[in-house]
Amino acid sequence: MSNISKLLTSKWGPVVTGIIIGILAPVLVRLGNPANMGVCVVCFNRDIAGALGLHQAAVVQYLRPEIIGFVGGSLAASLAFREFRPRTGSAPFVRFILGVFAVFGALVFLGCPWRAYLRLSGGDWNAVAGILGLTAGIALGVLFLRKGYSLGRNRSTPSAAGWLMPSVMLVLLVLLIAAPLFGRDAQGNPVGPIFFSAAGPGSQRAPILISLAVGVLVGFIAQRSRFCTVGAIRETLLTRDTHLLRGVIALIAAALVTNLILGQFSPGFTGQPVAHASHIWNFLGMALAGLAFTLAGGCPGRQLILSGEGDGDSAVFITGMIVGAGFAHLFSIAASPAGPGPYSAAAVITGLAVCTVIGLTMRESAA
Amino acid sequence: MKKHVDARGLSCPQPILLTKRAIDEVKSGTIEVLVDSSTAAENVERTAHKAGWTASRQDDKSGSFTVVLNK
Repeated sequence: MSNISKLLTSKWGPVVTGIIIGILAPVLVRLGNPANMGVCVVCFNRDIAGALGLHQAAVVQYLRPEIIGFVGGSLAASLAFREFRPRTGSAPFVRFILGVFAVFGALVFLGCPWRAYLRLSGGDWNAVAGILGLTAGIALGVLFLRKGYSLGRNRSTPSAAGWLMPSVMLVLLVLLIAAPLFGRDAQGNPVGPIFFSAAGPGSQRAPILISLAVGVLVGFIAQRSRFCTVGAIRETLLTRDTHLLRGVIALIAAALVTNLILGQFSPGFTGQPVAHASHIWNFLGMALAGLAFTLAGGCPGRQLILSGEGDGDSAVFITGMIVGAGFAHLFSIAASPAGPGPYSAAAVITGLAVCTVIGLTMRESAA
Repeated sequence: MKKHVDARGLSCPQPILLTKRAIDEVKSGTIEVLVDSSTAAENVERTAHKAGWTASRQDDKSGSFTVVLNK
């Protein structure tokens, strides 16, 4: 156990994490999750938003156990290794807005950075434009960081605040299992409060216990190894430190091999699952997401892990993502396999403008 | 002359940036970087090693760490 722990905190930790995610994500697809979406932090938060009735897109509503597991696994690891450290107070509302725009951008592409890499390893070449956009957005964020961008410092907070996000996840787990239903309308459709897709990606689910277990395992090891798919590119650009990037490359390689073994590799641009081939919006959507993630300090997976360690600012970012996912569907911002939505372009351009202003103006105030 | 850097409470990658800036500024000597998470401490150590500095971490008990860099 201590050898595994040492390996995870060594410079090879992200590689081990990447290999484990790269194997388990395609297996989750095999067991029922949507294609090339074994794990997708943005899509799954969007499904959670739908399940809670925050949007009415009937095909993407489910309380994804993987998300609950990530936070739980990180909580367990941080408690076991004395890294649970409740903290908050670093520009929370700015982080909320960054979460909203990050999810707008990612839903125009149709995936978080994890899914971008998983799509690539499933042969979805549209992911290339997304990954290039992600890199461009991170590069812009790095430029702002070099010029002194900062959201300021967090502070320690009483323990109760750190337990809030894990508690919210526990409530989601209870709602997933209990699946409360107030009744049905005249057409026989459920009226909530919790909605589960009967068709579409939201209806494609690996068994709950397996999804939850994978989530907990990934959350645990990612907490130990500090795995971050945005930090991977950011650190490469900033300091030429590639130890996180090697984790991403390991993820892509492991997922490619697993997809080939499971017969899930299908190369091409057209007909890819939960994807579209509008390269310009794949690029710009992920550029917005990459910029917002960089300004917030890490990829969405990393934000979940941090919230499990008691980081209240990451919890605010995730809340912004869930609320933003609701608006992305209510306001026709999210793309669909048919292409960008009617307001994808407006949202992405607005988001790039807002994030640029945030990047240029936020500085640590002289204390 | 010791240089002090306070990187407590800052998001990634700001502890790295502050460390790098201090290293570029003083070129050699001793730098003490104060951080309040193991992740930041690891990042500061990695940044120092990459620049050819030695780094050692002291646990301050209060939940923060002092990473002492030398060259």
